[in-house]
Amino acid sequence: MAYSEKVVDHYNNPRNVGSFAKDTPGVGTGLVGAPECGDVMKLQIRVNLETGFIEDAKFKTFGCGSAIASSSLATEWLKGKSVEEAGKIKNTDIVNELKLPPVKIHCSVLAEDAIKAALADYREKHAKPAPTEAGAASH
Amino acid sequence: MALKLPIFMDAQSTTPADPRVVEAMLPYFTEKFGHPASRNHPFGWEAEASVDRAREQIAALIGARDAKEIIFTSGGTEAINLAIKGVVEMYREKGNHIVTTVIEQRAGLDVCRRLERQGIEVTRVPVQPDGLVSVEEIRKAITDKTILISVMFANNEIGTIQDIAAIGKLAKEKGIIFHTDATQAVGKIPVNVESMGIDLLSCTGHLIYGPKGIGALYVRRKGPRVRIAPLIDGGGHERGMRSGTLPVPLIVGFGRAAEICAESMTEEGARLARLRDRLQDAILSNVEEAFLNGHPERRLPHNLNISFAYVEGESVLMGLNKETALSSGSACTSSTLEPSYVIAALGASTELAHSSIRFSLHRFNTEEEVDCVAQRTIEVIRRLRDMSPLYELAKEGVDIKSIQWKAE
Repeated sequence: MAYSEKVVDHYNNPRNVGSFAKDTPGVGTGLVGAPECGDVMKLQIRVNLETGFIEDAKFKTFGCGSAIASSSLATEWLKGKSVEEAGKIKNTDIVNELKLPPVKIHCSVLAEDAIKAALADYREKHAKPAPTEAGAASH
Repeated sequence: MALKLPIFMDAQSTTPADPRVVEAMLPYFTEKFGHPASRNHPFGWEAEASVDRAREQIAALIGARDAKEIIFTSGGTEAINLAIKGVVEMYREKGNHIVTTVIEQRAGLDVCRRLERQGIEVTRVPVQPDGLVSVEEIRKAITDKTILISVMFANNEIGTIQDIAAIGKLAKEKGIIFHTDATQAVGKIPVNVESMGIDLLSCTGHLIYGPKGIGALYVRRKGPRVRIAPLIDGGGHERGMRSGTLPVPLIVGFGRAAEICAESMTEEGARLARLRDRLQDAILSNVEEAFLNGHPERRLPHNLNISFAYVEGESVLMGLNKETALSSGSACTSSTLEPSYVIAALGASTELAHSSIRFSLHRFNTEEEVDCVAQRTIEVIRRLRDMSPLYELAKEGVDIKSIQWKAE
C-alpha cells in the first residue's frame, strides 16, 4: 500500500513529538488505544489558564505510519484553538487531510479519541470550583 | 562500490530470477514453442523432452526416485490445494480427519478451513515457543479417521525447520499420507522425500530464483502409491492429476533453477547463514529489547525474524522502505491489520506480534547491503522508540501490562 504524501511527510517530520509533565498547570493528557491492538497514542495539550487557548500540544504514538501522522496532525491543529474549538475536531477531517485509505480510518478515530481524552483530563483537573464552595472556603 | 537502493531483503516473499534461468527460458517463448502433448511432430517432441528434463532436475533436488512423481502446478498455493483437497476427496471413504499445525502458510490454513465447512475434521497442533511442532503432539492428535498429516517443512516467517523425518516416520508407522509444504525449504536446505518419508510435497519456482507462475507437487508412486483427485479436469495432463497445457518456458526455468540450487546449496547456505548472523549480531548488540523469533539453530540459513518491543512493525518498514525491502509478518497478511499469527502462536505477547520484522536474504545480497540494512534498522528503531509512549512508560518503570488499556 502506498502512503499519501502528507502521511509520509508527517511520518518523516513529525510535529510536536514529546511530553509535558502531567501535573503542570494547564496540561491535559490523553492516553488511548492498546498495545495488543497495535496502536497507542499519548496526546497532551497545554492550555493558557487565563485565555483558555491551547498554547502547545505534544504527542507520542506507538502504531503504523498513519497513526503517527494522525496524531502529529492533531497536535498541529490543536495549537492556537480554544478548548471549545478543539473539541470540534472530527476524525473525518483527519481522514480528508491525510487521504487515509479505509483500512486506516481507525487511526483517525484514535486521534479524535486522544484529543477528547486530553480535553476531558484538562477539564477534570482544572474544573472551576463551584461558587458556593469558593464562598465557603473564604471564611 | 555504491550500493544500489533499495536493497531487497524479502526473499521469503519472492526471489529474483537467476539470469541463467532467464537465459534457459527464452528460446521456449519463440523458436521452441511446441505443445508437449503434441505427439506427432518434432515441435511437440522437443517440448516434451524439455519438460521431462525439468521434471528430472526437480526430482533430483528433492530426492525423488522417479521424475514422473513431479506434477506441475501454477505455484505453491495450487500444489497445497491439490495435495490436501486431492487426498480428502480420494480417501473420503477411509476417513475424514486431517492433522496439521497452527503455523501453516495461509494456503494450508485456508484449505483446511474450507474443508471443515464441508464436514472434514481438522486438528491443528500448536507449536512450542521456539516454533517447533512436537511429534508427540501429532501422534496424540491422530485418530482412526486420520487420512492426512500436513506439516510445513520450514516456516515462511520465522524459518523454523520441523523434524520432518520424524513426522514422516510416524506417518509410515500409522499408514497415514504425509504432505509437507516445502515452498520455503526446497533449494535452500537438504530435502529428501525418500529418507524423510514424505508422500506429497509442495514447492514453487519463484522462491528458488525461478519464474513466478510455476510450482510442483511431488506425488509418491511407490511405497505407498498415493492417489489424489484432480482440482482441474481437462485433457488428462500430468497423469490425470492436473489438466491444462503445460507452460513450457516456466517449467524449463523452474528446472534450471532447481539444478542451480542443487549444485550450489551447500556453499550458498553457508554464505547466507554467515551474512544472516552478521545482520543478527549487529542488530541484537545495538538494540535493547529486541527478541529473536523462532528456533535459534533449527532455522533456514537466510531467515532472521526479530520483534522490537515498543515499536509497531509497519512503522518500522515505512522508515526503511526507501532503502530496504523487508516484511512484517508475511506478504499474505500485510494487507490486513492483524498481527502475525505465527509470532502469536509462539506464545509471545500480542504487542510483540505487532512488532515483528522479517529479514530474508537471497543469493545476490552482499556484506555491504547487510551492514547498510543493520545500520538503518538500528536508526529507525531508535527514532520510533523516541516517539513511542510505551517506551517512555517502560523507561519510567511503569509495567505496561498493569495499565487498563481501553481497547477499541
